[in-house]
Amino acid sequence: MSGEKISVRIQVNERPFDLEIPSHHTLLDVLRDDVRLTGTKECCAEGECGACTVLVNGEAVCSCLVLAVELDGQRVTTIEGLISDGALDPLQEAFVSTGAVQCGFCIPGMIVAARQLLASNPNPSRAEIQEGLAGNLCRCGGYSRILDAVVLAANSRR
Amino acid sequence: MTTPDWIGRSHERIGARDRVTGALRYTADLSFDDVLHVKLVQVGGARSAIRKIDRGDALKVPGVECVLIADDLPQPVARFGPAFADRPILATGETKFFGEPVAAVVAKTKDAAEAAAALVQVEAEPLPAVLSIEQALDPASALVQDVSLRPKDPLANSNVLREWTFGWGNPSEAPPDLVIEHDYRFPMVTHFAIEPHVFIAAPDANGVTIWTPTQHVFVLQRVVAAALKWPIAKVRIVAPDPGGGFGGKGWPKFEPLLAVLALRLGRSVRLVLTLEETFQQARRTSARIHAKTGFDREGRIVSQELNTDFLIGAYADIGVRVVSKASYAACGPYRTPHAKVTARALLSHTTPSTAFRGFGTPQASWAVESQLTEAAGLLGIDPVEIRRRNLPRKGEAFIPNDTPADGDWASALASAERALDWHSPLPKNRGRGIALGLKSSSTASASQAIVRLHYDASVSVLSGTSDMGQGARTVLAQIAGKELGASPDRVVITMGDTAIVPYDSSTSASRSTVFMGNAVIKACEQIRRQLQTIAARALGVDESAIEVVPGEVRTPKGAMSYAEAMQVGLGPPRGEIIGVGEERGGGYRPEHPLGGRPEFWEFMCTAVEVEVDPDTGMVDVTRLVLASDVGKALNPQQVETQDEGAATMGVGHSLMEELILDGSGRIVNLGAMDYRIPTIQDIPRELHSVLIENEDGPGPYGAKGAGEGGILGIGGAIGAAVNQAAGVKIRDLPLTPERIWRAIQSARSELP
Repeated sequence: MSGEKISVRIQVNERPFDLEIPSHHTLLDVLRDDVRLTGTKECCAEGECGACTVLVNGEAVCSCLVLAVELDGQRVTTIEGLISDGALDPLQEAFVSTGAVQCGFCIPGMIVAARQLLASNPNPSRAEIQEGLAGNLCRCGGYSRILDAVVLAANSRR
Repeated sequence: MTTPDWIGRSHERIGARDRVTGALRYTADLSFDDVLHVKLVQVGGARSAIRKIDRGDALKVPGVECVLIADDLPQPVARFGPAFADRPILATGETKFFGEPVAAVVAKTKDAAEAAAALVQVEAEPLPAVLSIEQALDPASALVQDVSLRPKDPLANSNVLREWTFGWGNPSEAPPDLVIEHDYRFPMVTHFAIEPHVFIAAPDANGVTIWTPTQHVFVLQRVVAAALKWPIAKVRIVAPDPGGGFGGKGWPKFEPLLAVLALRLGRSVRLVLTLEETFQQARRTSARIHAKTGFDREGRIVSQELNTDFLIGAYADIGVRVVSKASYAACGPYRTPHAKVTARALLSHTTPSTAFRGFGTPQASWAVESQLTEAAGLLGIDPVEIRRRNLPRKGEAFIPNDTPADGDWASALASAERALDWHSPLPKNRGRGIALGLKSSSTASASQAIVRLHYDASVSVLSGTSDMGQGARTVLAQIAGKELGASPDRVVITMGDTAIVPYDSSTSASRSTVFMGNAVIKACEQIRRQLQTIAARALGVDESAIEVVPGEVRTPKGAMSYAEAMQVGLGPPRGEIIGVGEERGGGYRPEHPLGGRPEFWEFMCTAVEVEVDPDTGMVDVTRLVLASDVGKALNPQQVETQDEGAATMGVGHSLMEELILDGSGRIVNLGAMDYRIPTIQDIPRELHSVLIENEDGPGPYGAKGAGEGGILGIGGAIGAAVNQAAGVKIRDLPLTPERIWRAIQSARSELP
């Protein structure tokens, strides 16, 4: 498993990173170990829990399922990239105020998934939110506060 | 000056902002220079004799530093455990459960460690394994634990690790009008915290430091020190906030191994388990409960006889305590004139079972609540009414010689009845269920806190509690804020480092708000007394002339803020005022079956309405009501979200979760793909949380503990609702669509 190393340039949160990475490393590996952004979390490593969700060119993906070498020249946004000019995204504010955050380990992936949901559907129904976040597992809470948070954020954007 | 009251407000969760931005460093996010990576080697099934381990190929992988096996360790291999020192640091002789490691590979990179682990050749011979309650009780089965580990234990030649009989009265003395007798089963389920287990260890100038998201830093410190035969002071545990615990991160696992590796190699070592490996290391105790309940014709319980058989794992972990504590209070929150509970903790070749939210109570409650619901049906009494008739009044000793009923439980029942609209007409394919849950809280345990009032009157609290998502930091900051008149924003809570914080027994049993909260209050009281002393000395007046209230020192010469009082009292050299507080509750009582009375009872009434699709057996939870008696909700949002989270977790074990073993003891549905937990699409269409607050608890401002209530009775409530909706009687959880569908088919085929 010495793994041939391949050079790639990946935009992460609008910063370019020139990386030499083994071909079998996932985007999640590279974000956490090479770019040193640890906000994106690893749980199941098989695309089922959503904890590692990031945006690739604006689309939500499980970063554990993407090989990093496939992303040469692509744009990646992580939870750390949602803050602009020091201000939290309305989703981040809403997750705090509704009490949607308990241990918090699922929350970065949850918020990134919700961000894409709102980008593609700015005024989702509760059922649409449930469908959009069905791939993001939380074990602490009852999900209802997460639903509330997404509704609140959607309303605050309008 | 009046200070705002921080208590009873939903103050923003401290640390929430770092959690929504990704800034919070969980253990796996910590960066160490030159760290070595560990990968564990396991064999296929549950129980195998280890004949030979060939490390040759593994050691040739570039970057591999060592491949440790049990034979490399001082013999006999050190064993550890919180209650029994029965678990070897690495499997020795044979593996006893699926996932017990036989070797640990250490390498410079994760890739090298994984590659080398795959090259370790283990010659292992599969042996017959004990995988079920029936097998554990069969005298022909293999013994899970070596008899030499159980000297002077009369049960050593069986797989019964411990057995108990609890009770009072004599069930044979009171002939009932109705007897209901059934077996109930509760599945093996896993915690599935979203953060998998992670362990880091490094040698340091004093000994060793271990970083791991443990709930109980001082338990871990004690157990690792014992395994190394070192003084406690030489072992430092640092616990970053866990990404979910639920009991699964309570008790030691691979920390002794990591400490040994770090000390042998003189380097920092790091082991991050996959989710699959995490599943193999902790689970809830599965159970078979035989219940024989006698009722009079008014629905009053006459007698309760329970045989509670809990299948614990290959090593005791804290399983024995789970079984005894849950079984002791298994009759539930009911006036039970005659009770006999016979409990057994059964060893098996399965994942070590450990603490899991509810600590055995959901298993027992599933049986007892189902019995009550069935009796209500047979006697023509409403399920709410039959519970009302059996509820003790506040102050009544419903378990003789123990903590009496400490809440207005009938009002919680009535609230749930109202909130669910219990008596409204029921649409087709719907059913309703109600269940009560009662958990014995922490018994003899201790919490110590240090509170430091700084020169500017900001506050540091040092606490051994773990903030694993329940919001302990926030509640402790609210308490210290109220006691010292400081905004919680000026209070910093430091947790999880045995080199900094004073002793705490554990973050478990919904005990932290009560025990640690009281310890913080006592520390703050000490600070106020010291302020009184220094202010009196500085002003040259008698101490009795000084009154210290939160945020203000009142003197004959006028009122001062704490900061002004410290400037006057401590002068230019400056300084701080340190308060120390301790809460030990009712303390240790050797004569009590549990070693002490529960400090409070955690009480919850759960009511649900479900819709069952008769063609598929799918269950939709349409409404869920949670009414908990919490004494005082210090932070209502946090209490509600704890209750909701616990109930959702309980929806999992009620409807979908179960670890399935094959004949060799392998877990078949290992990992997120195959083990289903509730998603956002499984939540109730309507959810109501009701908090009963009579300020009648032993904790701060009348609080009781909360956080487990939601999971206690939900099985019984959902089971009753499903049985009603589908017209079936199922007594095994989880109520999967297949199980329901089959029951519907078989009920139909039995029709004339």
